[in-house]
Amino acid sequence: MSDPRVHQADAELEAPSTRHQSQWRATVSALLANRLAVFGLVMLTALVLTALFADLLIRQPINAQNLADRFAPPSSQYWFGTDDLGRDVFSRVVVGARVSLQVGVVSVGISLVAGTLIGLWAGYRGGWIDTVWMRAMDVLFAFPVILLAIALVAVLGPSLRNTMIAVGIVFTPIFARVVRGSVLSVREELHVRAVRSLGASDRRIILRHVLPNVAAPIIVQASLSLAFAILTEAALSYIGVGVQPPDPAWGYMLSDAQRFQRQGWWLSVFPGAAIFLSVMAFNLLGDGLRDALDPKQRSVIESRGVE
Amino acid sequence: MSDPLLQVDDLHVHFPAGGRAVGGKRNPVRAVDGISFSIERGRTLGLVGESGCGKSTTGLSILRLVEPTSGTVTFDGTDLGNLGRKDLRRFRRRAAMIFQDPYASLDPRRTVGDAIGEALDIHDLHQGRQARATRVAELLERVGLHPDTGSRYPHEFSGGQRQRVGIARALAVEPDFLVCDEPIAALDVSIQAQVLNLLAELQDELQLTYLFIAHDLAAVQHVSDRIAVMYLGRIVEEGDRRDVITDPQHPYTRALLSAVPVPDPVAERQRSRVELVGDVPSPMNPPSGCRFRTRCPRVFEACGRIDPDLIPVGGGEGSVGGGHTAACLLHGEVGQPVERSEHPDANEIEAGLDGALPNR
Ligand SMILES: Nc1ncnc2c1ncn2[C@@H]1O[C@H](COP(=O)(O)OP(=O)(O)O)[C@@H](O)[C@H]1O
Ligand code: SF4
Ligand SMILES: [Mg+2]
Repeated sequence: MSDPRVHQADAELEAPSTRHQSQWRATVSALLANRLAVFGLVMLTALVLTALFADLLIRQPINAQNLADRFAPPSSQYWFGTDDLGRDVFSRVVVGARVSLQVGVVSVGISLVAGTLIGLWAGYRGGWIDTVWMRAMDVLFAFPVILLAIALVAVLGPSLRNTMIAVGIVFTPIFARVVRGSVLSVREELHVRAVRSLGASDRRIILRHVLPNVAAPIIVQASLSLAFAILTEAALSYIGVGVQPPDPAWGYMLSDAQRFQRQGWWLSVFPGAAIFLSVMAFNLLGDGLRDALDPKQRSVIESRGVE
Repeated sequence: MSDPLLQVDDLHVHFPAGGRAVGGKRNPVRAVDGISFSIERGRTLGLVGESGCGKSTTGLSILRLVEPTSGTVTFDGTDLGNLGRKDLRRFRRRAAMIFQDPYASLDPRRTVGDAIGEALDIHDLHQGRQARATRVAELLERVGLHPDTGSRYPHEFSGGQRQRVGIARALAVEPDFLVCDEPIAALDVSIQAQVLNLLAELQDELQLTYLFIAHDLAAVQHVSDRIAVMYLGRIVEEGDRRDVITDPQHPYTRALLSAVPVPDPVAERQRSRVELVGDVPSPMNPPSGCRFRTRCPRVFEACGRIDPDLIPVGGGEGSVGGGHTAACLLHGEVGQPVERSEHPDANEIEAGLDGALPNR
């Protein structure tokens, strides 16, 4: 035991030869092995490219009316047909992608930042700060998503910007809960306690140790929430309190289509398919991310859905 | 001589009971329930007791990683209870902790060099990246690891090697005092001695003061100057290492000692054993009187009524801090009728068990 050579032999490691595969690389390869997630990813890429290059893709100015060609069925000239004012449905669906993505990204961005800050603060501090914030979140959470969004838009006034704010507020409690739950468990992990025992400040612990460890559930939640945010925006626009004309939104294209159901199936099918595909794409990606990052993680949003 | 670096007085740490109570209030968990001890500079106090008796909580509350409910902890003359957030962080540079689980105490996402380097970052103990890397390599080498292993992740190391990393990280802040919370309990027997040797070398070299926590006496008896035996949130016996090992005065200490294997096989077969029977009672609801009475082979009538204090016993000098104390009614006035100071033999234990069953 006291032979110093034995001592050395066990203790020493060879100098590093191979680089460690980082966790992110492992996550990416797990994600790429999941076919549904890859399918979602491909569709999302298409959606994002469509939104980015909408101006190049459209075949007509979106509000250009060709009253002579009202209710034209899909053809080589009007790929998705025309609507009651003779506007090109394809061009409107393409630009609608931009609106939907914008609402999704901005509103989820709002709820992600607000929810993460609240969850971090409440979970790390605990005590009455935790109680007050989480009670407030519970109250918000208790309302059906659409009802709450309608109420908020009613207060703020219907517009694209206010739709984003309303959807952002509605989804904040979901992030706050997910983050707080993760913080509560991460905070008690021994390696976090070990860093605290060295004299690390709260700031350092939260930024360097807690946040990276709650990043995975936040990313998963963001992906799933994007799907529901797009759906919520569509629903708000459908009932007329969301995005306002002349901005083309899939939701109110659908509600317009309903009035002319007998004149043309294409009026509802294309915007409907666009909503369906983008929501599904975000969902598939979100599920794939969750499985890749942590198979055990279960999302709060699943139990909620959109009423 | 009496110049303690650390002094703990009547420390209590109670945890609020979990929220599952059905009607009415639940008792708090009295993890640490009134303990006092002190550790001299450069010395080691071994803190022993079964799992769940409050050892880790004691260590954590000294560093104020867990807030004490009451009592005082004095470090180098400063009452830690009065420290503000900044001063507390500064104090944590002088006192560090080594944890039982070398797997969980390192962040799996960060290289070990980063873990050690962070300790330097926290207290601004380096000038620039180069100096940081040099110091990390030095620390790795000091604990017996290859200096180039800093770029590796914890999962590439064995348990013993990880514990060395944990020690290097603790040393990085240049502490005077280390809480070693069962540092070898999770390691292979074959490497336990190496880690103990490393801790002993470091103590000599850096004049460190240790609180060394273990759940059995085997680990503690070789590294400690003094030993405190803990049971259900209390210290039941405390004294010089030799006194506690060779002349244990509390029935619980005797039971713990008889669980330590003796290297000589003949002696091992001949010696008397005191088996601890039953479970440790809940710290939410400790027994009345002596807390050990539900499992004590020597229990008698008064044990259910009187909660024994630590009093001077055995051959020790009897002075506070320097002597040998035990909290058992066999010593002192109530316990006069029972002879003391002998190792219990099997008959005696039987008699004790027959004579007085625990009165609950
Ligand atoms: N954070 C906590 N909340 C509630 N109870 C706790 C907490 N930490 C420890 N305990 C309880 O306190 C008692 C002592 O625990 P601990 O100090 O870890 O014991 P040991 O280190 O001696 O095994 C145990 O009963 C344990 O369940
Ligand atoms: S006081 Fe009684 S029960 Fe407690 S250790 Fe002494 S003999 Fe045993
Ligand atoms: Mg412990």
